[in-house]
Amino acid sequence: MKPAPFGYADPRTLAEALEVLGREGEGAKVLAGGQSLLPLLSMRLAAPTTLVDINRVAGLDSIESGPDGVRVGALVRHARLLDDAAAAGVQPLLARATASVAHPAIRNRGTTVGSIAHADPSGEMTAVLALTGGSVTVATPAGRSAVGWQDFFVGPLETSVHGPAVVVDAFFPALAQRSGTAFAELSRRRGDYAVCGAGAVVTLDADRRVSAARTAYISVGLVPQVHDLTEAVAGRPVDTVDWAAAGALARTLVDPDTDLHASADYRRLLVGVLTERTLAAAALEATGRTP
Amino acid sequence: MRNRAMGQVDQERTVSAVVNGTPREFTVPARRLLSDALRHDLGLTGTHVGCEHGVCGACTVLLDGVPVRSCLVLAVQVQGAAVTTVEGLARSDHQGGEVLHPVQEAFRECHALQCGFCTPGFLMTIAAGLEARDPAQPVTDDEVEDMVGGNLCRCTGYANIKKAVHHAAATIREATR
Repeated sequence: MKPAPFGYADPRTLAEALEVLGREGEGAKVLAGGQSLLPLLSMRLAAPTTLVDINRVAGLDSIESGPDGVRVGALVRHARLLDDAAAAGVQPLLARATASVAHPAIRNRGTTVGSIAHADPSGEMTAVLALTGGSVTVATPAGRSAVGWQDFFVGPLETSVHGPAVVVDAFFPALAQRSGTAFAELSRRRGDYAVCGAGAVVTLDADRRVSAARTAYISVGLVPQVHDLTEAVAGRPVDTVDWAAAGALARTLVDPDTDLHASADYRRLLVGVLTERTLAAAALEATGRTP
Repeated sequence: MRNRAMGQVDQERTVSAVVNGTPREFTVPARRLLSDALRHDLGLTGTHVGCEHGVCGACTVLLDGVPVRSCLVLAVQVQGAAVTTVEGLARSDHQGGEVLHPVQEAFRECHALQCGFCTPGFLMTIAAGLEARDPAQPVTDDEVEDMVGGNLCRCTGYANIKKAVHHAAATIREATR
């Protein structure tokens, strides 16, 4: 399978990229890591008239970690984010979830922001953006604007961004005090698309009682969603929490689909199991971060 | 490539890249995959094309030293880059012949291939994977699984491939001691 013919441009600046995107119109598509886009082209599921390759655009390859969070540029490859100790220190979910993204060869080329802009609900980083309450920065000829994750994801492979635009970075807020995270997924083969995956954040109060428990799932539902499971476990001392109750609650909140790989019922079961498992692990980490 | 207007849209480009240590120039349509450019434009048929959508790993090559799927990179994107294929893995013995890479040697030693179709992809993935780690540390089963997990083999059942990774790691450790 070969891609249908297209024109190719590799601009050196963002302004140039936006100019080409504007000039080429609807049929133009941004190419970053290409690890999702090129399979779509080869399978002829997409046939853009022009690819605007942003790999040579200057200034899009930084990871900025600060007290508020981590800003990841559009050209940062998964492998680099996975190895960034400063980013993991500010928001541990980044390295945890990136480790589950496909295989080393894919992580070497694929970009974290591209994966988010691709908006595949089985993509790990879409769920992480949601769970951390993150946002993306969208550059258009009119300027830059921040778009929160709720307003960004519209449907599978669909975002609210249209027209000449480049998602130039994603911002993941820092992990709050007395909080911990965990990420787990189940796939048929190592590195494959997850049948179901879960990310969890647990926050404790000063007395080590659960004050918040939130999860987000991958390969469950059409767009990433954050589920607040606090009511099932609120106020319980961290060492006596019944995480299964949170798992049971989560099962009632999700609406997974049946596909070739798993039935909706099996996915719902996995949501329960992975919820229990990740919340317990996140709580353990939160305990270590609570004096 | 040179003196073009910035942001110019091309249907075809002439690309210069260093392939297996040799500067090469080739003219390709924009849609040409790197895997096809290597095989058809450069005659380097050691890179095998399996699934052609990034699942099987047979076409893995090194792009600026790190393994990537050559079916998930456009040929026009490697302008100015260094590409290493399986043909570039063996080293010269300075007597007109070649010495196999320790990973190639390990595959022969451990019977890690049968039909050989997937082998080039495995060799490139493993060679880079072992290169990227501290050779003094013994390689763990978990590391091996992560390293080769992205490559499919329908013959061997993987046991001998994993054995070959351990074997190559040990050879490299001995050599660097």
